[in-house]
Amino acid sequence: MEAKRELLDLLLSDARQSTEDIARQLGTDAATVENLIDELESEGAIRGYQAVVDWDRADEDHVRAEVELNVELDRETGYEEIARRIAKFPEVSSLRLISGSYDFAVDVEGESMHDVSKFVSEQIAPIPEVTQTVTHFVMTTYKERGVYFGDGDDDDRLAVSP
Amino acid sequence: MTELTDRLSQRARDTPPSGIRRFFELAEEMDDIVSLGVGEPDFSAPWAARAAAIDSLERGRTSYTSNRGRRDLRERIASHVTRYDLSYDPDEEILVTTGASEAVDLAMRALVDPGDAVAVPQPSYISYGPTVSFSGGDVLPVETHAENDFVLTYDDLERAGAADAEALVLCYPNNPTGAVMTRGELAEVAEFAREHDLFVLSDEIYAALRYEDEHVSIATLPGMRERTVVFNGFSKAYAMTGLRLGYALGPAEVIDAMNRIHQYTMLSSPTTAQFAALEALESCDGAVEEMRREFDRRRQFVISRFNEIGMDCFEAKGAFYVFPKCPPGWGDDEAFAEALIREKRVALVPGRVFGSGGEGHLRVSYASGMNDLKTALDRIESFVEG
Repeated sequence: MEAKRELLDLLLSDARQSTEDIARQLGTDAATVENLIDELESEGAIRGYQAVVDWDRADEDHVRAEVELNVELDRETGYEEIARRIAKFPEVSSLRLISGSYDFAVDVEGESMHDVSKFVSEQIAPIPEVTQTVTHFVMTTYKERGVYFGDGDDDDRLAVSP
Repeated sequence: MTELTDRLSQRARDTPPSGIRRFFELAEEMDDIVSLGVGEPDFSAPWAARAAAIDSLERGRTSYTSNRGRRDLRERIASHVTRYDLSYDPDEEILVTTGASEAVDLAMRALVDPGDAVAVPQPSYISYGPTVSFSGGDVLPVETHAENDFVLTYDDLERAGAADAEALVLCYPNNPTGAVMTRGELAEVAEFAREHDLFVLSDEIYAALRYEDEHVSIATLPGMRERTVVFNGFSKAYAMTGLRLGYALGPAEVIDAMNRIHQYTMLSSPTTAQFAALEALESCDGAVEEMRREFDRRRQFVISRFNEIGMDCFEAKGAFYVFPKCPPGWGDDEAFAEALIREKRVALVPGRVFGSGGEGHLRVSYASGMNDLKTALDRIESFVEG
């Protein structure tokens, strides 16, 4: 378990580093790391690898909204069922059932505010179990998945010290 | 009028410039340097400690503290060091100092008379020798050896003539080698110290940064507590170098003597830093452990890379340094370090700067982010394969 946890930490900090570099940091060999990664993937503990993109700097049109969803369940339909239906849209980048005053937190991404609003009103809102949607457009992202989007602190240590 | 240089004391004139200065200057004048030459953590102090410092300033706590340091801090230090089986009375046996460096200086001044020999194992941190000299003592270098992974042995002490010394400096985990000493290895040194009545100045500033086993203080060995003063501090474990706070633990008579000097020269250690330190001991174990784990990954990475490159690197188990050999064909560490910084923009410190026994080696600090370490090692590899 310990080795897997260490490996997850390293992949979370940089999933692009080579298997060899990971092995060096864990004091093991590349084959062992490969095996562990295979295990984590086949167990479904690792679901994928993605870049953390700062869209403001990517020079692309990109809009994201966090949408609150309220739903009404009936005898035939549960959360799972509704979630399956919503998750299939490529516009939905994340979907979570949460505690509190609404049920689902949905991240919706598109090229423009118009795209996103249109998607929510035409694809999400009409779902029979959905009783209310509240759309919050993201204005600025400061930090994403642990990565701070600022310029970072300069290392002001002396270059060589005793 | 007398030439200004003639006015300088003999002591000042006899003090050589630090050997790392040249590399510092070289690094400063170049862009795109990746430095493996830094002797302090790349992390900032844990936020809770910084917040406590800020809070103390907001509350206007800007006056002196008692000479020995705030009592609550001394109490907290006393309970903290029990993790190393060390037990000291906060009223009489603990002195809070301005960095462990001040503690080293005070101990030398409190224990060394002009003409006394002080055994200083080498390679080691660059300040011990000069502080011996400032006290009028004579440095007796005791060379440690690569084939023993730079552990200090009974034989090393005997061969160097340390039997005649008054005191012995010990620094494990070691800067610059990253070497550590086990209880069994320390027992040999303790035996020598008891046999020849040496007082031991044990600099344990890197105690929290051990990767394979637990730190052992020589003061916990039989008959050693009464002949040892232990130095520790907040710089390395808590990434608080700039706050300048350390402490000394020792027999009441020695701590009292150190305090008598401290009260005239320093009065008290920085108050703001004492508040930060109090909080560090109170709540920052988790942050220290996180840093230690990160250092450990880097350590293993760096050691395996050097060995792959063909630069023989023993498995350093403490601090944040490794001490690889220069690659075959490069006997001279200083020439290697200079060529490396000029051609590949990687800064590190030649081993000879840290005394005899360091020649042919390089001090490599892994207190830098993984990306920098990878870049630096790739550059070193391409330099070596040249």
